[in-house]
Amino acid sequence: MHFDAFDRYHDTGSFIHRLDPRVKVVVTVAYILSNALLPDGAWTAFGLAWLFLLFASALSNLGPGFTFKRSFIALPFALAAVTVLFSIPGSPLSTFHFLFWNLTITDMGLLRFVSIVVRSWLSVQMAILLVATTRFPDIVHALEHLRVPAILTTIIAFLYRYLFVLVDEVFRLLRAREARSAAAPGSRSGGSAAWRARVAGNMAGQLFLRSYERSDRVYNAMLARGYTGRLNTIHPHEMHRMDYIVTVLALFIILLFQLIGRI
Amino acid sequence: MHYAPAPLHIPDGFLNVTVSAICWVITVIVIGMAVSRTNKSLGEKQVPLMGIMAAFIFAAQMINFPVAGGTSGHLLGGALAAIVLGPWAGMLVMTAVIAVQGLLFQDGGLLVMGANILNMGLLTAAIGYGLYRSVMNKSTGTKLAVAGVAAWLSVMAGALATALQLWLSGTSSLQTVTIAMLSVHALIGIGEALITVAALSFIFRTRPDLLGEGSVSAEGGRGWIAAGVVVSLLVVLLSPLASANPDGLERVATDLGFIEAGQAAPYEIIPNYTLPFLGETPLSTILAGAIGALIVLGIVVATGRSLQKKTS
Repeated sequence: MHFDAFDRYHDTGSFIHRLDPRVKVVVTVAYILSNALLPDGAWTAFGLAWLFLLFASALSNLGPGFTFKRSFIALPFALAAVTVLFSIPGSPLSTFHFLFWNLTITDMGLLRFVSIVVRSWLSVQMAILLVATTRFPDIVHALEHLRVPAILTTIIAFLYRYLFVLVDEVFRLLRAREARSAAAPGSRSGGSAAWRARVAGNMAGQLFLRSYERSDRVYNAMLARGYTGRLNTIHPHEMHRMDYIVTVLALFIILLFQLIGRI
Repeated sequence: MHYAPAPLHIPDGFLNVTVSAICWVITVIVIGMAVSRTNKSLGEKQVPLMGIMAAFIFAAQMINFPVAGGTSGHLLGGALAAIVLGPWAGMLVMTAVIAVQGLLFQDGGLLVMGANILNMGLLTAAIGYGLYRSVMNKSTGTKLAVAGVAAWLSVMAGALATALQLWLSGTSSLQTVTIAMLSVHALIGIGEALITVAALSFIFRTRPDLLGEGSVSAEGGRGWIAAGVVVSLLVVLLSPLASANPDGLERVATDLGFIEAGQAAPYEIIPNYTLPFLGETPLSTILAGAIGALIVLGIVVATGRSLQKKTS
C-alpha cells in the first residue's frame, strides 16, 4: 500500500508548505485554543477567524474549498450538543412535540448550540490545513522540538512508519476471511454474532503475533544498521527569520480575535 | 478505507478550555510517570516494539465483524494493549494511537486530546490491566473471563468520562448524554470484550510465553489492582447515579464547586471583560481545577506506591 492512502499531505509547494513545522503546529494550536476561548455568540470574532482560515488556505495553494470539503467530519458529534437547545434557560423560540416530550428551544440554547458547532467547524479545518501542508514526519519532529518526550515521538514515528505495513497485513487477513466465508445460495455465511466476534478476535490475536515477531526482525535490522536508541534525521529544521515573523504576526492576530470577541 | 471512527473521539469545540486543561494536566502527569517508568525499565529494544504495537492497535481497530442491521463491531484496544504490553507501555501505545488519530485523521481534536487520551488510553488501561492483574496467578479460564469483564468496563469508563466532560463543559445535559453514551457503549463494549477475550485466548494457545512469568505483561505492580478496582467502582457507582438521579450528582458537583469551575468559562461572558487572559476568574478556575486534579492524583499515586512496595 502506498503511504498516501492515509496521509492527507498535498505536495503542492507554497508559502505555508515552506514554513517550519513548529510554526504551523504552534499557530494551529493557538487558533484552536482561541476558538475555544471565544464566548458564545461572538460572531464578529468567529467571522474574522474564518477569514484568517481562508487567508491561510489561499496562501497554501490547495485550491478553494479544500478544507471545506473535509470539514464536516466532526459534525456527527454535534448530536451530543443537541440537548443544550432545550436545557439552557432563556426565552422560548419554538415548542414542539417529539415522541412523549414537549421540547422548547430557547434563544440562549440556540446561541450556545450554534457557537459550539462553529467552533468545532473552524478548528477542524485548521487541523486539516496543518496536515495538508506538513509531512507527518515533520510534524512529529516539530513535536520533538516542542519538548514532547522522545519516547513518545519515537513511538509515533514508528506507528506512522509501520501502519501501512500492518494495514496491508489486516487486508490480507480480511481477504483470507472473505475467501473462506463461502455460503450456499440464499443463506448467509458464518455463524452467530458471537462466533463472528471470535473469528475477529482470532484475527486480532494473529495480527498481534505477526506484529510482535515483525518488531523483532525490525529491531535486528535496525541494530545491523547502527541503531543506538535514537532516530537521526538529515533534515535539520531551522527556524528562519520569516518563520519568526509569521509566528509573531499570526499569534498577534489571534490575540486580536480575543479582544474583539470580548468587547 | 475501513477506518471507522469510534464515537468516543471528542472533536475540538465540544469541551471548554477549563475542562480541556484539567484533562491535559491529569494526562500529562500520568504520561510523565509512564515515560519515566518505561525509560527506566525498558531497554532500547522496547521502543521499536512499542511503536509497532501502536501500529498494531491502530490496524486491529480495522478488523470488524458484522453484528446486525448493517452495523459492525470493532476493537478499541485499550484493555488489550495494557494486558499484553503491561500498563505503562500500554498507556504510551494508546497515547500514540490517539495522537495520530487526532493529528492525521482529525478524529478527535487537538485541544481536547488530553481528554481523549484520558478517556480512551489511561482509564481503559487502568481498568483493563488492574482487573487482569488481580487474577494473574489464576487459571487461564479465569483470566480470560476477567479480561472480558475488564474490556467491557473499560469501554464503559471511557463513555462515562466522555459524558461527564461534555456535561461539565456545558455542552450536554447530564442525564441525556450519560444515558445515550452508556447505552450505545454497553453494546460496543460487548464486541470489545468478545474480541479481547478471543485475541487473548489465541495468544495463550500460540505464544503463552508472551503473557507468562517474566514477560512485559507481568511487570506492572500490585498497585494497579487498586487503581483498576477504584476506577471500576467509580464507573459502577457513578453510572446509575448520573443516568437515573442526575439531580443528586449535579447537587454534589455544585456543592464541591465543580460546576462553577467547569462552566465558568462559557457562562461568564461579561461584555466588558478587558483582559481575558489575565482576568482573575478564568485563570483562577483553571488553576483551582488543576490543583484539585493534582491533589486527587497525588492521593491515588501515594496509595498505589504504598501498595506497590513489594515489587522488587
